[in-house]
Amino acid sequence: MDTNDSLRVASLWHSMHAISQQLSPVAGCSGIELLEADTFDLHCFQSLTGTKFFVVCEPGTQQMEALLKVIYELYTDYVLKNPFYEIEMPIRCELFDFNLSQTVQKDCVALLGR
Amino acid sequence: MQFFGGSEISPSPPAPTASGNNAHMMYVFNRNGVCLLYREWNRPLHTLNAQQDHKLMFGLLFSLKSLTAKMDPTNAERGNLGVPQLPGQGCSFHSFRTNTYKLSFMESPSGIKIILVTHPRTGDLRESLKYIYNLYVDYVAKNPLYTPGTPIRCELFNTNLDQYVRSIA
Repeated sequence: MDTNDSLRVASLWHSMHAISQQLSPVAGCSGIELLEADTFDLHCFQSLTGTKFFVVCEPGTQQMEALLKVIYELYTDYVLKNPFYEIEMPIRCELFDFNLSQTVQKDCVALLGR
Repeated sequence: MQFFGGSEISPSPPAPTASGNNAHMMYVFNRNGVCLLYREWNRPLHTLNAQQDHKLMFGLLFSLKSLTAKMDPTNAERGNLGVPQLPGQGCSFHSFRTNTYKLSFMESPSGIKIILVTHPRTGDLRESLKYIYNLYVDYVAKNPLYTPGTPIRCELFNTNLDQYVRSIA
């Protein structure tokens, strides 16, 4: 999937997230947290500012919420505190990418090791 | 109540809320987006009027299916976003969950989409939706007085449906 497709998918997700709040039968809905499909699961975390992080994983993977929170911390540390990063632009921070891969690998090992 | 794509006025009276019935509401759509059935058991919040609500629900499902087909990590070649998919083609989602509700979805090969909205801690409802589809086949599709593509007005179907949904834990 190239960058354009990623952007399209992300903006589609943003709208779907908002529409799901409109269709709630009960007040106080904050959008889709988990989408279960045939071959994958998609977990989404929304920060207080409305920035959404989503992770695609194998069906039934546990503890994705914790992973998303860790990723959010990495985002605040390596992206938001980076003086050269412009808000709302695509993220091109090496340290963020590096730490992200490390965290995901550690998580993989931890999950498979069980 | 005008249904999306249909010209018949057909009110679907909400069933009286029975205690122990924890499903919020249910929709049945056909492949053209016509809302064949809307049952409401427990819905404190109505954001939009009925017709807009149905259109929005159908649109949401269509886009989500398109998104899952595109994002499928196991499928090497994926269609472009927004291309209408045949029922059963490409990876489809079966449920999503928010903090206030869980929506379970099933599409039959003929394009009949069954949607059930319940409380967030409900388990996997795929078998239940298959059972509801069988109820549809028995009481609606086999009903000689029912015209396909029109809103469902079969009392037996409604009764059995209410009874079954009440029994889902």
